[in-house]
Amino acid sequence: MIVADKKPIKEIIEEVKDHRNILVLGCNECVTVCEAGGKKEAGVLASALRMYFLNEGHNARVDEVTLERQCDHEYLEEIRDAIDGYDAVISIACGVGVQFTAEKYHDKPVLPGVNTCFMGATEKRGLWTERCQGCGQCILARTGGICPVARCAKRLFNGPCGGSTEGRCEINTEVDCAWQLIIDRLKAMDRLDDYETIQPIKDWSTDRAGGPRKVVREDVQS
Amino acid sequence: MKSQTPSRLERVLAAGHMAVTSECGPPRGSDPEVVERKAEMIKDHVDAVNITDNQTSVCRMCSLAACIRLKTMGLEPVLQMVTRDRNRIALQSDILGAASFDIYNILCLSGDHQSFGDSAKGQNVHDIDSMQLIQTVRRMRDEGKFLGGDDIQRPPRMFVGAAANPFADPFEIRVPRLAKKAAAGVEFIQTQCIYNLDKFEEWMKGVRDRGLHETVYILAGMTPMKSAGMARYMKKRVPGMDVPDEVVDRLAKTPKEKQAEEGINICVEAMQRLQEVEGVAGFHVMAIEWEEKVPEIVERAGLYPRPALD
Repeated sequence: MIVADKKPIKEIIEEVKDHRNILVLGCNECVTVCEAGGKKEAGVLASALRMYFLNEGHNARVDEVTLERQCDHEYLEEIRDAIDGYDAVISIACGVGVQFTAEKYHDKPVLPGVNTCFMGATEKRGLWTERCQGCGQCILARTGGICPVARCAKRLFNGPCGGSTEGRCEINTEVDCAWQLIIDRLKAMDRLDDYETIQPIKDWSTDRAGGPRKVVREDVQS
Repeated sequence: MKSQTPSRLERVLAAGHMAVTSECGPPRGSDPEVVERKAEMIKDHVDAVNITDNQTSVCRMCSLAACIRLKTMGLEPVLQMVTRDRNRIALQSDILGAASFDIYNILCLSGDHQSFGDSAKGQNVHDIDSMQLIQTVRRMRDEGKFLGGDDIQRPPRMFVGAAANPFADPFEIRVPRLAKKAAAGVEFIQTQCIYNLDKFEEWMKGVRDRGLHETVYILAGMTPMKSAGMARYMKKRVPGMDVPDEVVDRLAKTPKEKQAEEGINICVEAMQRLQEVEGVAGFHVMAIEWEEKVPEIVERAGLYPRPALD
């Protein structure tokens, strides 16, 4: 899933303090799972903003709506009739949701209420870690199912570097060395010989380097 | 092994001599005299001088410019190049720039992570890794081709090196990792600083068991300790560094004013012991901001004078 983290309330207030009719727009997908932008967080943020305006002596309206998704036209259409009643939207979906909402409601300020961080997994409640950077050309079959692009601080295709110490990365002893994990897994699968295959220079044109990307699937287009 | 390039370092090694290299860190400024002064101190005692490439990710004068300066002084530079800061366009371009000044040695590195240095908020590049940089230089030299496939007019003639850290984890892949660099085309290795001689010798045995010492020249990395404090710092704070307790204790038991001298003693003793290890082809003496001690170390290790070549 896409993992996001809450923005500091002060930062959000700075962006919306001059507005008086605000819609906090949650999303029921990834940001709900990582407890940054779902229905619960929409309620908490809306309450905090109401409190702020009250304390400042402003008569402001702050409503909250949580959509099934903000990255699909059909769900975003659900607020079309209501949107004119607001002069700003705080989207607490990921950056995709913020932008898709802004594209749909072209003249409405749509402000981000979370920081979108990475594609990752829930290790345990309150701890999410990165697994994928969406490079567009998956090599996991060759690296023991562990991604050096997402999990090695130097994204080495032929690691580990000389800074790997007791299974940890040189940048931080709390970060696993991806190449230690790869080697451990190759060993567990009795495929350590694969380690000596030199991974070729990567074609990054399917990554961010190639410019904004799209996936076109004519077979499923109606 | 036969020389492939005009590199003096390569010719010293190919002639069967124990080679000695050292390094100079460029200044954090544009004063050319800093590089010249350091080079002057060591030039008669080494075969080649590495110029580090923004080591520990602290921004400094570029390695290429400092290498050119050494070259114009008549010294033999080793251009260190990290993949952290340049993509494949810039790497190949800098290699050609170095080759245009007849710089004949390159050391291919990935580089310390930028979080260690003065630009922790910066991006890193890592378009290719050190293994792939070795392949890149070999392709440019041997096939006269850019990575993109086009021909290079006057290809670089460089003796291709890389680093190896026998002490990083996991230990079991440290020999296979060298084998991988050898397969990528590396011709010489400069190792991480060696303090744990037993572990280094164990690694060298693994290297010999696979015959890698016959295809790659291995220069043992040496850094003299200035004090017990430095030894403790390197033991605890420098990733991938293996400093045994006996080294720390030996310095700690030495009176403060004698610790630097004792650090040199430890270094010289290690060099004497490692000269006897089959497959050790020379030494890379990294006297960090202590270049004036290199001549003494080289002399006491019995490696002076340096061989004269035709």
